[in-house]
Amino acid sequence: MVEMRGITVTFPGVVANDNVSIDVYPGEILALLGENGAGKTTLMNVLYGLYRPDRGEIRVRGKPVSIRDPNDAIRLGLGMVHQHFMLIPPFTVAENIVLGTEPVGAGGVLDMARAVRDVKDLSAKYGLAVDPGARVENISVGMQQRVEILKALYRGAEVLILDEPTAVLTPQEVDELAGIMRNLASQGKAIIFITHKLKEVMAISDRVTVLRRGKVVGTVPTRETTPEDLARMMVGRDVVLSVEKGPARTGDVVLRVEDIHVKSARGLPALRGVSFEVRAGEIVGIAGIEGNGQSELVEALTGLRKVSSGRISVGGIDITNRPPRDVITKGVGHIPEDRQRRGLVLNFSIAENLILERYHRPPFARGINLDFRAVRGYARKLISEFDVRTPSENVRVGALSGGNQQKVVVARELSLGPRLLIASQPTRGLDVGAIEFVHRRLVSQRDEGKAILLVSLELDEIMSLSDRILVLYEGRIVGSMKAEEATEQEIGFLMAGGRRGPAADAEMEAQAGMRAGGERDAKVGAGHEGAHGTAHLVAT
Amino acid sequence: MPKSGQGTKGPMERRTLLQREETRELFIPVVAVALALVLGAVLVKLGGKSPVAAYSALVRGAFGGVGNLAETLINVTPLIFTGLAVAFSFRCGLFNIGAEGQLIMGQVASAWVGFALTGLPAFVHMPLALVAGVAAGAAWGAVPGYLKARLGVHEVINTIMMNYIALYLSHYLVIGPLKAPGPLPVTPTIAPAARLWRFLPPTRLHLGVVLAVAAVWLVYYVLFRTTLGYEIRAVGQNPEAARYGGISVRRNIVLAMVISGGLAGAAGAVQVLGLQYKFLDIFSFTGYGFDGIAVALLGRNHPLGVLAAACLFGTLARGAILMQSIARIPKEIIGIVQATIVLFVAADEIIRRFIAPRRKAAPAAAAQAALNGVEGGADHGA
Repeated sequence: MVEMRGITVTFPGVVANDNVSIDVYPGEILALLGENGAGKTTLMNVLYGLYRPDRGEIRVRGKPVSIRDPNDAIRLGLGMVHQHFMLIPPFTVAENIVLGTEPVGAGGVLDMARAVRDVKDLSAKYGLAVDPGARVENISVGMQQRVEILKALYRGAEVLILDEPTAVLTPQEVDELAGIMRNLASQGKAIIFITHKLKEVMAISDRVTVLRRGKVVGTVPTRETTPEDLARMMVGRDVVLSVEKGPARTGDVVLRVEDIHVKSARGLPALRGVSFEVRAGEIVGIAGIEGNGQSELVEALTGLRKVSSGRISVGGIDITNRPPRDVITKGVGHIPEDRQRRGLVLNFSIAENLILERYHRPPFARGINLDFRAVRGYARKLISEFDVRTPSENVRVGALSGGNQQKVVVARELSLGPRLLIASQPTRGLDVGAIEFVHRRLVSQRDEGKAILLVSLELDEIMSLSDRILVLYEGRIVGSMKAEEATEQEIGFLMAGGRRGPAADAEMEAQAGMRAGGERDAKVGAGHEGAHGTAHLVAT
Repeated sequence: MPKSGQGTKGPMERRTLLQREETRELFIPVVAVALALVLGAVLVKLGGKSPVAAYSALVRGAFGGVGNLAETLINVTPLIFTGLAVAFSFRCGLFNIGAEGQLIMGQVASAWVGFALTGLPAFVHMPLALVAGVAAGAAWGAVPGYLKARLGVHEVINTIMMNYIALYLSHYLVIGPLKAPGPLPVTPTIAPAARLWRFLPPTRLHLGVVLAVAAVWLVYYVLFRTTLGYEIRAVGQNPEAARYGGISVRRNIVLAMVISGGLAGAAGAVQVLGLQYKFLDIFSFTGYGFDGIAVALLGRNHPLGVLAAACLFGTLARGAILMQSIARIPKEIIGIVQATIVLFVAADEIIRRFIAPRRKAAPAAAAQAALNGVEGGADHGA
């Protein structure tokens, strides 16, 4: 279907793609695997006409083609779903899908009825459940992604390129997406999906092409490989996929949360009476589907959000509703869930970012002045200690890869010497090597006797790191267990609200690789704060 | 510029980096100015005049002789202050359109302190009058700053409204309580002890230009060398991260508007204390506050950039008058040139699109960003 031969793309100083060749056949799911910065996205941007290669040839259906811009790509039957969705929030699903190729009725009037009909037909044909009349701003992330896929299909895509499609999805939505992809492939579409998650490669793809530093390391049928082999190809060395840790030696209670109630940004109750403790020397993991109060919990604990009632104390000192700086000085480190939005000032240098919480204290502050020599020296020390890959401490943080950005955040928070570390999705969007790094640091902090609260949407991460696991559902803790006694099924059951019935059955279906259906969305929706209009789903 | 090159090893490293960033930052403004001057030449030619004659008249008008040079610097002085004012607020993520009103309040306050007090020695009276102007501007900036920080009211709306309040309040004051005897809407002349020293007689060049350059250094120092500047820049770049790091976003918003207003007030103060010796109601805005927006934009919100941009705009404005009288070319041509500069700088995509791709020297960091597929060119915003 599509062949790329000897593609070479150079940016000044960097060879992003070096003589890369891939091919994909109709009915096949090809995974493009590699760490951040390996050149996966660059390669797909070449295919989609966003970059011109310096050398190399692209063939579509055997014919050499020249793809100068996305319009050429669309004409050739290529469709791309970007990592960050390109949708217009106040428009409806149908309006978004037909945007740019709207069906026109008599007298040049937009034929919305036909658009809605087309969208319904398309969604029925490929089993992509969407509500054509819902506004995009009101639907779940999973449904937004289906809208993006439908948008590409509406334009006649035979080859679908999905850039990190699972990065924004909950585990259930990932399963659902896998079903959709398999269904599309079974109807003859060719699918290329970019990822750095081994588990997804193994679960979804037919073949894998692994890229490392701009070069193809190899292409293998998924069935004939193992996650360990793939990790080695991707990173270039052996990688420890499981977390090694000894038994916890727990000490005194560090964090005590007593019956807190917190409202979300929209003024709705997000936490409804949460109480728990975290002791020194243990990792407590909070499991849950996104939107069940995790963000509000972390914000309340770090002084970024007011609690309407209840009490929070660290080391016996009350920090309830104290401003962030007070919380920091009481010994609370915080790796935020969104490093780019909250954790870093992207236009500041690495050195400036590393002092974000302590710029006002000696040795960095001297009277009103900042001692930049001290700041840079400190930065150089942390850069080598935490292995941040950068030419210098003066580099803008925004220019670093995601993994290195996260290392800057982790370095800053750990160097505060906190007695409580709150890590919120600390490995989101990171590649294998960086995940390994973060996990090792968390475990070593635990072993040094720090109390660690880990919030993650990745159940694997919670299970492998935590000593105790709490399950958060609709703002309440619905389960608490020792990690070694917990099973994935049990936690998944509690995460989904603990109700046996169609929802749980749907979960089973997803794991069995069945097609996506409306019930599963209802379940995901139920886990969400808003339960966005899932009642109006078009049935498959 | 005193003390820009510290000798030790650390700052040297920083400077080489700064230099590299600055060369990149310089690219767009320099190209914009060049293109605008070419466009001006084309317009002159279309009007049947010689561009060479026009620009040489302009250069002579701005720099020909000590007198012209002094007048040019007098033109540049208030633009430096208002440019710094706008740039400072920009650094905190705020768009202060109110430099004009803050400048008017600075004029009124300085004039009032200048004429109302008598018998003070110059070393007390002059600084006092200056401080009064700065304080009045700062107060005028504090109001929209407070409204923004406390209630989230957008500063653009409030600063514009504060401009009109300042304008009409000044009308009232010079026809009412502060009016000098006589028919004109003007305050009494300020005491000699309140005046800024004119150090190059017979020209009118006064101490204000020195104060303006000192303000450039001061703003640079505050922004890039102090903890306050760190906070203000952090809030401007990413308020969410600043709050996370324990920085009070509200406090810094108010503070940035106070300092910005103070700088604009200083522009008004030096005009009154160095040049006019009174507040004269001109029945409209002076324009310095609005030109300050263009100066800050062209100067990329960097104090040194502001200094350069203010010099350019002040020179063009001064030279244009001579160009009109010597070469008989309408000075509005220069208005078009200035507008074109602003257009090109504001819409820098135009230049990036047509000129930048042919440049070879994009730094490796940018390529790295492109590699990671994050915000290829989008990170230039904000």
